[in-house]
Amino acid sequence: MENQVLNIENFSFYYGDSQALKDINLSINKNRVTAIMGPSGCGKTTLIRAINRMHELTENTRTEGSIKLYDENIYELDPIIVRRRIGMVFQKPNPFPTMNIYDNVIAGYNLNGIKLKKSEKDIIVEESLRKSALWGEVKDNLYKKGTFLSGGQQQRLCIARALAMKPEILLLDEPTSALDPKATAHIEELISELKNYVTMLIVTHNMGQAARISNDAVFLYLGELIEHGKTKKLFTTPQDKRTEEYLTGKFG
Amino acid sequence: MNNEINNNIEVISNQNFDVDYFKEKKINFRIFKDKFFKYSTIAGALFISLLLAYILFYIARQGISSINWNFLTELPKPPGEIGGGVANAIVGTLIMILLASIIAIPVSIAIGVYLSEDKQTKLSYWVRTGLEILQGMPSISIGIVVYVWVVLQMGSFSGLSGGIALAIMMLPVIAKSTEETLKMVPYSLKEASMALGVPYYKTILKVVLPSGLSGILTGILIAVARIAGETAPLLFTSFGNPFMSADVMKPMNSLPLVIFNYASSPYKEWHNLAWGASFLLVLIILILNITAKIISRKWKIKF
Repeated sequence: MENQVLNIENFSFYYGDSQALKDINLSINKNRVTAIMGPSGCGKTTLIRAINRMHELTENTRTEGSIKLYDENIYELDPIIVRRRIGMVFQKPNPFPTMNIYDNVIAGYNLNGIKLKKSEKDIIVEESLRKSALWGEVKDNLYKKGTFLSGGQQQRLCIARALAMKPEILLLDEPTSALDPKATAHIEELISELKNYVTMLIVTHNMGQAARISNDAVFLYLGELIEHGKTKKLFTTPQDKRTEEYLTGKFG
Repeated sequence: MNNEINNNIEVISNQNFDVDYFKEKKINFRIFKDKFFKYSTIAGALFISLLLAYILFYIARQGISSINWNFLTELPKPPGEIGGGVANAIVGTLIMILLASIIAIPVSIAIGVYLSEDKQTKLSYWVRTGLEILQGMPSISIGIVVYVWVVLQMGSFSGLSGGIALAIMMLPVIAKSTEETLKMVPYSLKEASMALGVPYYKTILKVVLPSGLSGILTGILIAVARIAGETAPLLFTSFGNPFMSADVMKPMNSLPLVIFNYASSPYKEWHNLAWGASFLLVLIILILNITAKIISRKWKIKF
């Protein structure tokens, strides 16, 4: 059980009066990629935004149950601490337009007012960019604006920015939905390599992508967790009829 | 049978001819209306450009001869004596603009941030309405209010009260432009910052505001350009002063006041000074506006 990084217990989520997630129970193991699948509106994004408490930016939301990072309930920690330990990458690449590549990567430290020596910063920037497979492409242009990069490079820059904080978990919310096939393949390859450093949860609409990159898979439907298991098992011998129908394209 | 068909064809072609002829007439009229509309918009645009050019030219012709080193560095002389300058008015204008900016910029940026963050609340609705009313408020009314609130309390006219009156005039301009600029900053940037564990206030100060910097600066410059030529709010506040004074607690001169006072005087030399001051003021405002345009174009951040 020591392997469990995240434990979601009896978790329900409400937007005002409507319930978006119903009694979710889910545990995530260390250094694995877990794909969260399901048709539109099933609560995938809601679930991962609840994990680093980003849902609190939206008014009128309410949660029940608990989400534990190791032994600590994240709803009892300060959201600022939670978000430093659980990083997030969004659908659309969103590098800071006012900052160059170097500053974008180190932004988590600079913006939080964490003082570091220049040499320490250099190490973090290089390490993060190497992990996100961007170092080779940008090492000569570190002081250029991040918004000059291509979409796929921008997304890898955002991954580097999240990795620089050395998070325990990285949440990816459909990270390739705004990218072309080549950039998507690059990101997928990257995710497979990154699991050595960090535990990942990835929301995806693309079943092929889930099958290619994840170790475990979760199927959500209408706010309920229908099935959770090894990706291979879930794709070949789904236990629930709804999972099977979704995977075979009967709905979704 | 053949005849009948021929007749019919004739009838039809005649009709067609009639219809075509009728249509062509109508089309010509429509083309005329179209051109008329197009050229009247161009005429309107030309008219306003020429009017502006003529005003600038006229003020420059009247004022440029008064502008020389003495004009910029000397104090006004008593009527009858030749020469003299408006150094005290230039210094006074700059000090009061500075004072107004120090007061208005932080407050109005805070208001703009609030409005862009809390778009839908009742308070923001009232604040927005209030700003619109304030923007439309006659500047002389603002002058009277500041006279009662500040000048009477302090017991004397002062540069400070002039600065306060001008600050009130700047407020709605900067607040509105800040709000509009920050609304354009994508929500995803705020999310990116919050997801790194950056507190809300730092997200606003270090991510959202810098992303909207060019728009905010443009708003500030336009607000300064707007108040630089204001006379009415200064009449009962800074009052005017024939001597050099940098003391904000004392009456202070300013370029618009020089123009107002000297242009309505009977002396020829003073009229020249007023024209010179007009030219200088127009020049300052022109430079401010052009700088604002350049900043908003060059520093624009693409998201």
